[in-house]
Amino acid sequence: MLLITCPYCRMARPESEFHYGGEAHVARPAEPANVSDAEWAAYLYMRANPKGVHAERWRHIHGCGRFFNAVRNTVSDEILATYEAGMSRPDLGDGTKDAR
Amino acid sequence: MADRIAARRSALEGLALPSSAGLASVTDVGVAARFLYRGAPELVAGVFGVELPTTPLRANARLERAVLWLGPDEWLLLTAKADDSTLSATLSNVLHGKPASLVDISHRQVGLVVSGPRVEALLNAGCPLNLDVAVFPVGMCTRTILAKAEIVLWRTAGDTFRIEVARSFAPYAVAFLDEAMHGIA
Amino acid sequence: MASLHRTNGGGRVDRARTLSFTFDGRTYQGHPGDTLASALLANGVHLVGRSYKYHRPRGILSAGAEEPNALVTIDRGDGRAAPNLRATQVELYDGLVAESQNRWPSLSYDVGAVNSLFSPLLAAGFYYKTFMGPRLLDSNWAWHKIYEPLIRRAAGLGKAPTLPDPDRYANRFAHCDVLVVGAGPAGLAAALAATEAGARVILCDEQAELGGALLSEWAVEIDGTPAASWVADAVRALAASPRVTLLPRTQAFGYFAQNFVALAERLTDHLASSDPAAARERLWQVRAKEVVLATGAIERPIVFPGNDRPGIMLADAARTYVNRYGVRPGSRTVVLAACDSGYAAALDLHRAGIDVATIVDPRPNGNRTLIEAARTAGIAIEVGATVIATRGRQRVTAVRIARIGADGSAAAGSWIPCDHVAMAGGWTPSVHLFSQSRGKLAWSDAAQAFLPAAAAPGQAQRSAGACRGVFGLAAALEDGFAAGKAAADTRVRKRSFNVTHDLTDFSGIVGTPGTGAHVSKAFVDFQHDVTVRDLKLAAQEGFRAIEHVKRYTTTGMATDQGKTSNLNALAIVADHLGKPIPEVGLTTFRQPYTPVSFGTIAGTSRGDLFDPVRRTPCDGWAQAAGAVFEDVGAWKRARYFPEGGEDMHAAVARECRTVRGAAGMFDASTLGKIEVVGPDAAVFLDRLYINSFQKLGVGRCRYGVLLNEAGFIIDDGVIGRLAPDRFHVTTTTGGAARVLNMMEDYAQTEFPDLKVWLTSTTEQWAVIAVQGPRARDVLAPLLEEVDLGATSFPHMSVKAVRICGIEARLFRVSFTGEMGFEINVPADYGVAVWEAVWREVQKHGGCAYGTETMHVLRAEKGFIIVGQETDGTVTPDDVGLGWAIGKSKRDFVGMRSLSRPDMVRGGRKQLVGLLTADPKLVLEEGAQVTAELHPPAGTPALGHVTSAYWSAALGRSIALALVADGRARIGTRLNVPMPGSDVPVEVVAPVFLDPKGERLHG
Repeated sequence: MLLITCPYCRMARPESEFHYGGEAHVARPAEPANVSDAEWAAYLYMRANPKGVHAERWRHIHGCGRFFNAVRNTVSDEILATYEAGMSRPDLGDGTKDAR
Repeated sequence: MADRIAARRSALEGLALPSSAGLASVTDVGVAARFLYRGAPELVAGVFGVELPTTPLRANARLERAVLWLGPDEWLLLTAKADDSTLSATLSNVLHGKPASLVDISHRQVGLVVSGPRVEALLNAGCPLNLDVAVFPVGMCTRTILAKAEIVLWRTAGDTFRIEVARSFAPYAVAFLDEAMHGIA
Repeated sequence: MASLHRTNGGGRVDRARTLSFTFDGRTYQGHPGDTLASALLANGVHLVGRSYKYHRPRGILSAGAEEPNALVTIDRGDGRAAPNLRATQVELYDGLVAESQNRWPSLSYDVGAVNSLFSPLLAAGFYYKTFMGPRLLDSNWAWHKIYEPLIRRAAGLGKAPTLPDPDRYANRFAHCDVLVVGAGPAGLAAALAATEAGARVILCDEQAELGGALLSEWAVEIDGTPAASWVADAVRALAASPRVTLLPRTQAFGYFAQNFVALAERLTDHLASSDPAAARERLWQVRAKEVVLATGAIERPIVFPGNDRPGIMLADAARTYVNRYGVRPGSRTVVLAACDSGYAAALDLHRAGIDVATIVDPRPNGNRTLIEAARTAGIAIEVGATVIATRGRQRVTAVRIARIGADGSAAAGSWIPCDHVAMAGGWTPSVHLFSQSRGKLAWSDAAQAFLPAAAAPGQAQRSAGACRGVFGLAAALEDGFAAGKAAADTRVRKRSFNVTHDLTDFSGIVGTPGTGAHVSKAFVDFQHDVTVRDLKLAAQEGFRAIEHVKRYTTTGMATDQGKTSNLNALAIVADHLGKPIPEVGLTTFRQPYTPVSFGTIAGTSRGDLFDPVRRTPCDGWAQAAGAVFEDVGAWKRARYFPEGGEDMHAAVARECRTVRGAAGMFDASTLGKIEVVGPDAAVFLDRLYINSFQKLGVGRCRYGVLLNEAGFIIDDGVIGRLAPDRFHVTTTTGGAARVLNMMEDYAQTEFPDLKVWLTSTTEQWAVIAVQGPRARDVLAPLLEEVDLGATSFPHMSVKAVRICGIEARLFRVSFTGEMGFEINVPADYGVAVWEAVWREVQKHGGCAYGTETMHVLRAEKGFIIVGQETDGTVTPDDVGLGWAIGKSKRDFVGMRSLSRPDMVRGGRKQLVGLLTADPKLVLEEGAQVTAELHPPAGTPALGHVTSAYWSAALGRSIALALVADGRARIGTRLNVPMPGSDVPVEVVAPVFLDPKGERLHG
């Protein structure tokens, strides 16, 4: 069971209080009517799914209820950072921030 | 025209609340008014009479009223009496036209008081949080889980917690605590 | 009567008290403090099991958790039978009943031993090679019908009990600063250091007593105190601290991410009788800031031909039996010592009055001091020799000793009679938990073992003592203390320990040096009967990776997970491949370290507590009324209310007729309800649902359809506007949590600019639906000053009312096609209002109806049920709901997807009605719809039946179906293949009753 620091509760909490929410920073197009079929399909279905450092969404559903983002290493399960929804991915100085 | 007023029936009616002599016990909070408030904290504090805590996971209590921080824009307002209609009207009036949400959830959940020297062990049968008083001090509150039920947990004294649980999960929560009593000796 | 096999004194058993127990039906005696294994040895019982494959007689190999042979079933009666317990870990109690396993009819005469004669057939990979044919019916026929049943009977371990487990199992989540696993010298010292620092400490050990290896010492003194007293002092000091939790009988069996460690505590199994209400075992789920692993090391057997006979055991186990349990495991012993610890065992056995015939040391040069000590004690020693054969059917009777030549081969030597062999092959550090924590191991040539190297990220842990190759009592104590200090507070003063009679060299041998080329019946994995020959065969047949060798030979795959065998197996394979050990690699260490009962894993999650059962406020009434319930998610919903022996068909038909003819009432409390509040509430709902809400008047309702971004229907429900900034949204019963989560997601992350908040009110309200032509008459007497007329309160309206004096929300909505109302009252008043409505319903000849009737009534109207007519691939247009899409909307969730090419192509499946040619025949839901009457195999179906019922109103069966280009097929005939016959059907519009909705608006 992972331990995840909720950026809103400012406290590490057990994984069983959270729901996983898939890749972070996949923005919904502001004007969906104006994007091409291919762009829309990419928004719907294309995800990076890296082996390694991954920015992803979680919801503290059995806690404060907030969605937030976490940077997690999918190999070691290490959670490198958590931050509020709407904030940009922190640069952890490991070169993974722009390597999507 | 209705010839009589309907009677209330609590979700806990008919349930034996568990207790283990000298270790821990569970009691019913009884009828209470509850509101879920979302919006700016200063809008309702004056009317409700208790400041809304802005520090995460903290509850403020005064006399028979309490406000529990549940999320950054979400508070649970509790009163010990079922004065829901007058309080509800007062709060609604003050919030009229304001960007905020107040929803009466008095019947949505039930309150339990869990108390005793082994209360931490009892709750830790199903709650994965660290309940050491140094980590979860008096006045701390949070939504969390008790085995397979979501609860709100609020420490009101060193050896006493209040649990709020959705009414349809209340029989499960009570049965779980009853079972857990066997593992705390 | 003093047993012949007990020492004259000493040990930790309470000789003043005698306990009786039975093994395979025979009664024996032991003492408190004994394990089942020590008590059996004290009675001269060595033969305790038969091996897995060859049914060879097997004895007690070890004195601990690593035991591969002495597996027993302990039956405590009433379903309390635990198979595959290690006799070396089972604490003796009065009346204990133990049975050996894997033998028939008895241990001493086992028919299965004939397998031994066929051992050439049962070599490595025998599962794969032997059972390949004959291919009579299908490729697996022979396996399932012949081989598997035979093998399962002949091979295998204990039998799982068939009765339900009557015991309780507890769970505890716990947190601490320092978790110390293992209470031997290193663990105790670590706990002492951490406690001195004021840390919250949990110290666990799988044994009944804390102390580990120290409990097997007799001469050792630590800082001038005898080892046993030192342990007692340490435990007393730890127990005195309120910040320390001591957990004996507690096995740490799993080490997960972020220092999450699972422990299994045995609470009652050691008691002759216990409170039946007390938990039998407790699962501890510990989150530790720091973990100190002090898991010790396991002595390795030596691989030589015939090394599996009863009476042959690990040297340190023999020493433990003598020193700790006061048991003589033999009368004449040969000690095969490839490690100095074998000499210590020989000396202690000698002291206990056992005739140590000789010490055989395969090493070219032994430890001179120990050799001298043994010689002084009068023990013969053969250095540079080994054992190459043994004799004895049910107990070893002799061993053949041979000198190892310069070329490494052993020449045939002399037989020495004995009834006991103690073997000391060296020590394998127990790195299981470290490895489970994803720490990296590295091979140490010096220790001839894999040792912890780098900890995994996020795992604040350290190993101490023998489990990281630090051997010797003084060194382990110091290492443990240093680890505890480092884990808790580095300001604690460093401590050193003065230990007498300490050994320093614990190196040994791995593999089979000196045993020659032919080593049949030289066992490596005792529990799975894997021999040196099997491993060599696997290597010969081309298996290179140790993980493949493991699966091919099954070495290390038994319940002991190869605790005594893995390193020897690895060395043998490496030797055969001509590679160094680290290049061959290491198999994975998996949880659990030792078997854990299913009860402990399941904990309270069984019976009524397996899952919460959710019941509505009106549930008690329905139960009393004799309702039959169905599960909808976690909810119990009344399905129908049979009267006077009705079956479901009759009850549902009656309920349907009653609703359409008069009135019915229905408990709709489980419907999800979300209060959407805020100045932007209407804008928000517009962006979520396909419908338009901004122009919906206060007091009016709209049927809302919710899509996912892919454009598929995921939920629906009626949404009422209570105020300009307040909506009462309903969802499906099963979709309530999902929809709220989705709404929160959009509100928080996509549209954070909108001022809107969501609150679940599902459980705030009890919802009572009243439907039927008399519905208005039913409600009127219960309401205060409310005009329910069709003009003042039309279909799809909502208003605040008082019913039975209670503030309520009244909806005029219908899911039946009849005039309908839904009363929302605060849940505590639900049953009282229900009862009041029921009295009125009865006056009008109405009834209570359940979900099955609701399903039929809505199907007659062609109303979809999400999850029944939809399956995640269905768009609004597919089910004829295109009209609900707000015409002027530029965007809503899923809108963009509705214009993707796949969504607008022809041939999509569309909702239609089906009428069978035979009106009495009800189709099966899920049945395929085809064009041809008898389509050839492989013909794709046109669609499938989504709902099918008997319609009382129409006096015939009806069905809904999704059919390709369905709307264009209305009026045509299709077919539904059903078991036994193909059913011709006519395609019709999916509304069977009152297509104009006159009843609805009445």
